[in-house]
Amino acid sequence: MSELLEVTGFTVLMASVATLVMLPPGICVGWLLARRQFYGRSVLETVVTLPLVVPPVATGLILLKLLGRRGWLGGVMDSVGVDIVFTWKAVVVAMAVMGFPLLVRSARAGFEAVDRRYEGVAATLGASPVKVFLTISLPLARRGILAGAVLGFSRAIGEFGATIMIAGSLPGSRTLSVAIYRHAELGQDAAAAVLIIAAVAIGFVAVHVANRLGVAT
Amino acid sequence: MVSKHSLLTLAIQLRQGGFSLDVSVETEAQAVAIVGPSGSGKTTMLDAVAGLRRPDAGLIQVGQEILFNSHSGTNLPSHERRIGYVPQDLALFPHLTVQQNVLYGVSNAATEEHGRPVLQILEIQELLSRTIDSLSGGERQRVALARALMVRPRILLLDEPLAALDIALRDRILPYLERVREELKTPMIYVSHVPDEIRQIADWVIRLDAGQVVGSSVPAEAFGAETGNLTSPTRRRER
Repeated sequence: MSELLEVTGFTVLMASVATLVMLPPGICVGWLLARRQFYGRSVLETVVTLPLVVPPVATGLILLKLLGRRGWLGGVMDSVGVDIVFTWKAVVVAMAVMGFPLLVRSARAGFEAVDRRYEGVAATLGASPVKVFLTISLPLARRGILAGAVLGFSRAIGEFGATIMIAGSLPGSRTLSVAIYRHAELGQDAAAAVLIIAAVAIGFVAVHVANRLGVAT
Repeated sequence: MVSKHSLLTLAIQLRQGGFSLDVSVETEAQAVAIVGPSGSGKTTMLDAVAGLRRPDAGLIQVGQEILFNSHSGTNLPSHERRIGYVPQDLALFPHLTVQQNVLYGVSNAATEEHGRPVLQILEIQELLSRTIDSLSGGERQRVALARALMVRPRILLLDEPLAALDIALRDRILPYLERVREELKTPMIYVSHVPDEIRQIADWVIRLDAGQVVGSSVPAEAFGAETGNLTSPTRRRER
């Protein structure tokens, strides 16, 4: 029982942090793709979608190379005393990267559904582009953004491949998926089943909420 | 050469897909009506004045203020033009209350003070706490008009503001527009298909067809004894 609470609590907490981390860039990229034409737009669109099609383990390995002590980013972080790989921060990174495409797709659909007439009229009333974004586009796209956040959160809850590569399976930073895999590997089917029920329950609620918000998964 | 008495000078060349708008208008009239069949470029013209579409070339000047001049490279962004725009679909912000809509463009107490007569003329006070969803058609028109007027616009752009209303409601709203014209003295461009409406509001009529000005005159000359709608009842959104 203590493992169920510990692993579930940790997973939900990490997925929540990952969702908060991916929200600002996810909203910005979703808006950019919905509203702006710019050089490299299709490349950005493709890069953002990549984690959906590349095997999660491969994404995890790329992250490991990038964020490890000898990696581009990891070296810089290491020089200021911040360790990422095989810590809870690695779990957040893996979850955020894997959930990001779902958030962006849904946020983009949310922004595309906003009638440009509202934004135009707001501008004629003297609102700067930033004010138009904050007071018109963002609130009117909120359902899409919220649905995207819920989908991203759900994806984060179920994340396995990238997480196992970059965060491992260490006590204290073990997510639901990793814990289920470990129990299955050790033949502890009953313990795995308890965690599976928890994962299914969380996933059910999250997808149900996303559907209620009106954005197709 | 632009006359120094002109209230409005438009020389707009704008190409979009297969459609081309090429108009030249200079008038001292305070209320100008634009008439023409659907697709003739009326809304495109208003959008260009509002800064929502950039002309390929030309000049847009209201009073002494140049909003766009392709020769000098001037192109004031929409939010610096001080235009009161009431589009055909009104575009009231659905997530805001009436009060929030009306005060959306009001940035300081002085402007809010200026807006009090607007609220009185359009009888908006009792609607302020309502949501947009709860308003009737006529109330929506008045709120959209109030929102546009609250920013002390240098010109008011009205795109078929009464088109969605039945005749009885239209007759109730028209006096509000007349009061706006008489008491606030705000110059306006008024797009409409209804001669009776134009006679009441406008003092100059410009006819557009296929993106070109094909005539201009005072309303009496433009319509004579004509009544009813100038186009078929089938409506579609302008380009």
